Amino acid sequence: MADNIKKFLYVNRRAPYGTIYALEALEVVLIGAAFDQDVSLAFFDDGVFQLTKGQNTEEIGVKNFSPTFRALGDYDVTKLYVEQESLDERGLTAADLQEITYEDEDDDWAEKPSLKIVSRAELSDIMADQDVVLSF
Amino acid sequence: MKFGVVVNEGPYTHQASDTAYNFAKAALESGHEVPRVFFYHDGVNVGTRLAVPPQDERNIQKNWTALAQKHEVDLVICIAAAQRRGMLDANEAKRQGKDADNIAEGFRISGLGQLIEMGIQTDRLMVFGD
Repeated sequence: MADNIKKFLYVNRRAPYGTIYALEALEVVLIGAAFDQDVSLAFFDDGVFQLTKGQNTEEIGVKNFSPTFRALGDYDVTKLYVEQESLDERGLTAADLQEITYEDEDDDWAEKPSLKIVSRAELSDIMADQDVVLSF
Repeated sequence: MKFGVVVNEGPYTHQASDTAYNFAKAALESGHEVPRVFFYHDGVNVGTRLAVPPQDERNIQKNWTALAQKHEVDLVICIAAAQRRGMLDANEAKRQGKDADNIAEGFRISGLGQLIEMGIQTDRLMVFGD
C-alpha cells in the first residue's frame, strides 16, 4: 500500500430523515471512494435507522436514499460497522436491516456481507484505530 | 502540526463556526498550520457576503475572511451543499441562470474532493459540528 493511504471512518449518528446529515454524509462517502483510501462506516445512536429495510419516504416528500447503501460495494466501500447496543436500545435486530453485500475480488468475487455488527467496546477500538474520523 | 478544519453547522444559530474559528486562530498564532477550512452542511452559510449582523455582534464571515487573508487559509465551501442552500459564486450563478451571487471574499466554492484531500494531507482533521 502506498504511504498516503489513510484510514477514514465516516460516523453516522443521525436518523436518515428529519435532518440532512445522513444524506450529505453519504455524498461524502461516494466522492471519497474515488481517493482509494481505507474506508469504513460506523452506524450508532439513531444512525442505525439509516440501514433499516423497507424505508418509504413518499409521505414526507423527501428522497429515499437508502438503496444507495447497497451500491457501496461497487465503490469498494465494504466495511459498515453497526453498533449492537444502539440496535438493542431501539428494539432493532439485524433482521431489520437491509442486506448489503460486496464482491470480494481477492476471493474469486465471492459475495460477502458488508454489515458487521459490533459491540460498543469493539467500535471504540475501531474508532481509535483511524487516521481520519468524519462525524455526521 | 498541520490541521484540517471542517465546519458543519451554520453561523449564529450554532456555536460550531465560532469554535472552529477560535481553534484555527489559536492554532495559527501558536505556529501550527491550517492550510484549509472546509464548510459543509449549513456551514456553507458562513461564506455569504450578504449577512449583516448587528454592529455590536461579531461578524463571523468577516472574522474568517480576515484570518484567511492574514494566514493564507483556503476557505472552501462545498458546492453540492452550497447549491441546495442558495450559495453561488459568480461563475455558478451564470451557469445556473441566477441573477445574483453571494460568496464572500476569501471563500471559494469547490467539491467534496477538497475535504477528502484535506484529510489525507493534514496531520489531524478537526470536525466542528453538532
